[in-house]
Amino acid sequence: MGMTMTQKILARAAGLESVAAGELVEAKLDLVLGNDITAPVAINEFAKTGAAEVYDREKVALVPDHFTPNKDIKAAEQSKKMRDFAGKYGITNFFDTGEVGIEHVLLPERGLVGPGDVIIGADSHTCTYGALGAFSTGVGSTDMAAGMALGTAWFKVPAAIRVELVNHFSDKWVSGKDVVLHLIGLIGVDGALYQSLEYRGDGVAALTVDDRLCIANMAIEAGAKNGIFEVDEATRAFLREVGRDQYREVTADSDAVYERTVRIDLAELSSTVAFPHLPSNTRLARESGEIKIDQVVIGSCTNGRLSDLRVAAQLLKGRRVAKGVRCIVIPATQKIYLEAMREGLLEIFINAGAAVSTPTCGPCLGGHMGILAKGERAVSTTNRNFVGRMGHPESEVYLTNPAVAAASAITGRITDANEI
Amino acid sequence: MNAKGRVFRYGDNVDTDVIIPARYLTTSDAAELALHCMEDIDKDFVKEVRAGDIIVADANFGCGSSREHAPIAIRASGIACVIAASFARIFYRNAINIGLPILESPEAAAGIKAGDTVAVDFDSGVIVNETSGASFKAVPFPVFMKNLIAQGGLVNYVKTKQAGV
Ligand code: SF4
Repeated sequence: MGMTMTQKILARAAGLESVAAGELVEAKLDLVLGNDITAPVAINEFAKTGAAEVYDREKVALVPDHFTPNKDIKAAEQSKKMRDFAGKYGITNFFDTGEVGIEHVLLPERGLVGPGDVIIGADSHTCTYGALGAFSTGVGSTDMAAGMALGTAWFKVPAAIRVELVNHFSDKWVSGKDVVLHLIGLIGVDGALYQSLEYRGDGVAALTVDDRLCIANMAIEAGAKNGIFEVDEATRAFLREVGRDQYREVTADSDAVYERTVRIDLAELSSTVAFPHLPSNTRLARESGEIKIDQVVIGSCTNGRLSDLRVAAQLLKGRRVAKGVRCIVIPATQKIYLEAMREGLLEIFINAGAAVSTPTCGPCLGGHMGILAKGERAVSTTNRNFVGRMGHPESEVYLTNPAVAAASAITGRITDANEI
Repeated sequence: MNAKGRVFRYGDNVDTDVIIPARYLTTSDAAELALHCMEDIDKDFVKEVRAGDIIVADANFGCGSSREHAPIAIRASGIACVIAASFARIFYRNAINIGLPILESPEAAAGIKAGDTVAVDFDSGVIVNETSGASFKAVPFPVFMKNLIAQGGLVNYVKTKQAGV
């Protein structure tokens, strides 16, 4: 029986000829990731395992990105715990404030994730790296601790859903975010539970690597274990640019078994909004009605990349953020921040009346740098709109692409960028 | 191993942001986390929960972030077991790794109401609603997971492996 991309990667990492859905395997890990919320818990558990060292100093990544620069004393203690651990065990991939960026944007940018890799991260959006043809999935802190000690993790081999992408975008403001919001709207937040989402079809070639990173990022919002794309010339060009020269390209067997196929015609997509309080609660931006907003956030591991900032700047150039709206722009990494500065994007944002922050997860998880008060509404390019996600339990988050976010900042209500 | 207690009943897609809001994640202290468990969907939960009580929910319980703080907060609040129609996969994994018993049973979820008294036998997977008299059978754990639980969770598993090297 043929194997999916995910199954092939897991079989190789488990040292097996083949695997089938439902099988439990122990696979070798190419990278183990943790952040300032999950790593401190993992560090405590690691101590309990009695391990003298981490399995490979270069294969652990510690990224304090959530509450940093340290927002309070407790956050400072958590960062310190990671710093001390990194020092004690000689961990090379520890990124402190000044170097740090949002983990799922930073690791690809550093060439730390690549095709064929098996990666676990104590962060649910670890699935992002599937965009580059890796098997990567979110786990908990105890899994992270065990992974750091042994260099292995247990997986139940997932069945898969084939997502067939055809055509190319016809609306210039539509991007990867709309593909994934549309998909989640179709199949629901548990539509891919325990399964992998494998993206295939001629539409893939029409997507930029940034689009793919955004799509793979939100696999978890459909309940999936991972999302994965085949490697093509665009992936290889990305990998060359970040200096990653060794990797294992994997393609699915022609007789690979998929539980079902979902077809998406990219040409038919319009800017899409996920209404509170579920990512599956989608509507078209132009059919949103009169939704007045108080805040706009442009950033996160979903849409904080340079291409996202460029889209937002294109709309905000020479315009002003509406009175009564707070617009917060957060480049995801220092490299993106610097490039945005060189290209004059930051100047455009500041002239438009937006606040620009140093890289951080910040408001995405209601941590800091833009928390909502009771009854307030935000349009955000992030990935979750659960109750209380960005602040008060009675606040609301609407998820969109960067174009809708920028357009909405200008008008003060949810707006399709084609209206501007 | 058994559990018996009163039921707190929730719906579909109870996410980890409401189980333990991110604003409390500057600590990993279990007792401190328990003080805020479920507060964004059920303000009274922390006041009313007693050791041995049971959470019953519909589909996709524990979706959202990978925070292990969620099952830790639930366990520290005194909850003996979570029964749901289905679980989000990271939550499922975390719960087993830290030793919070969870059972998947769409039938039990449909047949149990808030305030019912429910008894659970973890070895057989049998769930009895003592209030209504109905009984249900949960999806049993795969053998590997039973072994992991028998060894006292993932940390002990690693410890044994380390000692053997
Ligand atoms: S940006 Fe948001 S979703 Fe992404 S890692 Fe940070 S908190 Fe999580």
